[in-house]
Amino acid sequence: MVNLYLFYFLSFLAIFCALMVIISRNPVNSVLFLILTFFAIAGHYVLLNAQFLAAVHIIVYAGAIMVLFLYVIMMMNFNKESEPSKTFVSQVVATIAGGILLITLTGALRITDMQIASGHPCECTGLVQNLGRVLFGSFLLPFEVSSLLFLAAMTGVVLLGKKNTNNT
Amino acid sequence: MQLIHNISINMYLLLSTVLFCIGVFGVLLRRNAIIIFMSVELMLNAVNLLMVAFSSFLGDTQGQVFVFFIMAVAAAEVAVGLAILTMIYRNTGSVDIESLNKLKH
Repeated sequence: MVNLYLFYFLSFLAIFCALMVIISRNPVNSVLFLILTFFAIAGHYVLLNAQFLAAVHIIVYAGAIMVLFLYVIMMMNFNKESEPSKTFVSQVVATIAGGILLITLTGALRITDMQIASGHPCECTGLVQNLGRVLFGSFLLPFEVSSLLFLAAMTGVVLLGKKNTNNT
Repeated sequence: MQLIHNISINMYLLLSTVLFCIGVFGVLLRRNAIIIFMSVELMLNAVNLLMVAFSSFLGDTQGQVFVFFIMAVAAAEVAVGLAILTMIYRNTGSVDIESLNKLKH
């Protein structure tokens, strides 16, 4: 029963912080609320017996990506006054479009018959032992290719971030 | 330790749908390119959460390995995207998407 309350609390926290990311005027506040959302999602991972992914999620998202966001935002010197906002008509249209998407998806999921809803979840899928066996077994080639992706991304970032000395 | 005994998959479906729609809403609502980027991250995480939920309920480890790969690709994507935004800010002095609709300056 405690799990159910924990689930509701984490869900409420995630949705509330996600809404605050969108609503708040100050970009730094948006980043901080996004970090809270990611921690709530990591809590959901723990509830789902995916402990390794919860740790990786906190390290990669809250640790690396959000620091990158915060660093870039502080470098760009944003504040509440310079924050651009759309016209009222555009905001109303965006709200209606988002609401219609939510209603459509929820309605589609409601009439879908989930056969696995009554299945008994396995407790051992998220452990490092089982994940590592799959990752370094059948997924060894994608794992190595992802390192190539990181090399390409790093080269691209260095090339993009370099200051153009010969102004054309 | 049976942690997800009394939580059904439908609740995770609903939560992921709501988070994804908030992400879409953010992309439509805001003009600051960095906030739009954060909304995209939110959508990615909603899908990740659903994938972990299905993987856990089905007892299949491969779904969590895919989430691991999605995280790796998202990290590379954020690095490249923020580098592009920094370059745009250096060249034009703003990251307002309404002022970036000409593809040149």
